[in-house]
Amino acid sequence: MPQINKTPNEYQKMVKNAHPSDSKVKNFISAYVIGGLICVVGEIITNILTAQGLALNEAGPLMSVSMIFIGGLLTGIGVYDEIAQYAGAGTIVPITGFANAIVSPAMEYKQDGYILGLGAKMYSVAGPVLTYGMLSAFIVGIIKLIFI
Amino acid sequence: MMNKVVGNQTIKFERKPKIISSAAIVGPKEGEGPLGEYFDKALQDSYYQEQTWEKAERKMTQENIDLLLQKANLSPDKIDYLIGGDLLNQTVTSNFAARKFAVPYFGIYGACSTMVEGMILGAILIDGGYGYRTINFTSSHYQGAERQYRTPNEYGDKYPSYKQWTATGTGATLLAKDGQGPVVTEATVGKVIDLGVKDPKDMGSAMAPAAADTILQHLNDTGRTPQDYDLIVTGDLGEVGSKLLKELLAEKNINLQDCHDDCGKILYNSDQDVGAGGSGCACAAVVTAAYLLPYLNNGEFKRIFVVATGALLSPLTSLQGESIPSIAHGIVIENESPNNAIGNFSYEE
Repeated sequence: MPQINKTPNEYQKMVKNAHPSDSKVKNFISAYVIGGLICVVGEIITNILTAQGLALNEAGPLMSVSMIFIGGLLTGIGVYDEIAQYAGAGTIVPITGFANAIVSPAMEYKQDGYILGLGAKMYSVAGPVLTYGMLSAFIVGIIKLIFI
Repeated sequence: MMNKVVGNQTIKFERKPKIISSAAIVGPKEGEGPLGEYFDKALQDSYYQEQTWEKAERKMTQENIDLLLQKANLSPDKIDYLIGGDLLNQTVTSNFAARKFAVPYFGIYGACSTMVEGMILGAILIDGGYGYRTINFTSSHYQGAERQYRTPNEYGDKYPSYKQWTATGTGATLLAKDGQGPVVTEATVGKVIDLGVKDPKDMGSAMAPAAADTILQHLNDTGRTPQDYDLIVTGDLGEVGSKLLKELLAEKNINLQDCHDDCGKILYNSDQDVGAGGSGCACAAVVTAAYLLPYLNNGEFKRIFVVATGALLSPLTSLQGESIPSIAHGIVIENESPNNAIGNFSYEE
């Protein structure tokens, strides 16, 4: 009986060669530039707020809220994921990425009802961030308490 | 009745069921593609005036079966079996579409190979004398599939360039013991093949070995070469999978260079941003129903081998670290006589 006799390892090599070449340098630059631009926007907002007379520790949170709003808005109008196709990590890492990670499932799961759909599944993407973020903070807190 | 089996796994139909009608409805992106004018209908948006994408997929699937029956000028009571499947959990699109028609129904799952799997089963039922007419149908929906298999549609996840685009659409064919139209002459039922590809964004690579295996078996069973077919067309291997298919078969001295194409590559233009090409049950279904069958019908093709490929994973298997087993079902469709054109659809439609 004729067979395609290839081991998974041999086939993996073929698969790697068949993939279109993806320039890591290009991806790095895109992520850096767009991620950086998002942070620049944040900085501009902070500067505007401090110029209005706000102290830095008040302007900071307000800036974060504004950036979350921008991330949510761009997600809602369907633009954020288009930017992400170029930016990669540049749109995931900043706080706008977190907003996108909460708003996008909220939009999607509204179809399944407000409680078990939207309410429950809203955290399907960002859940790990919350879980492990809190866990890390807890561990660091314990370490600080014991050692410092 | 072993004389209906040729070689190891190819069925040769004695009664050669005829494909007397076919219909395809697609989504907006597919309507804007190179085959836009061939489809019976292209939707304006992905919701199709429904509350959810899943409901839209169901509506489109039901409507397509109605259209199929209309084109054949038949009522549902003249159909002996409905055979359908799709990508959604528990194949709900097909179940709910079948609910509308009071016809005995087989729900099947072959992932993106469902179209051909359904045609093979329909042909077997007719050839075995268990029915006179069967309808096989399948569908997929981009947003519905993304939501089930991957992440929310608006989530900013950068896709690798080898990822494929799940087509939105539905295709159906009507097979009958008698009538006018291209005939189903042979079928090769696929085996599940797994060469260890784990990346669920790399379906083409996962499925290529299954397609290679089915084509290899088929050619070995029938004693033919690729050149005996006007076209060997795979369902949705895309750019990457097609490349791997040709390499795998070249090692077995089978040269597909000039007679292979892939529905995932045919369905979209290169500027439509679909990564490595289309995928989804609709891919093979709409291209076969709306494009390949008319070519056979008007005599441009005499014999084609449609090999639809399916990746048999679930969202959970990837999370649990499993690789992607795949399958490819092949069916040979021929135009036995240039004058055997179906009356009520023409190449120009």
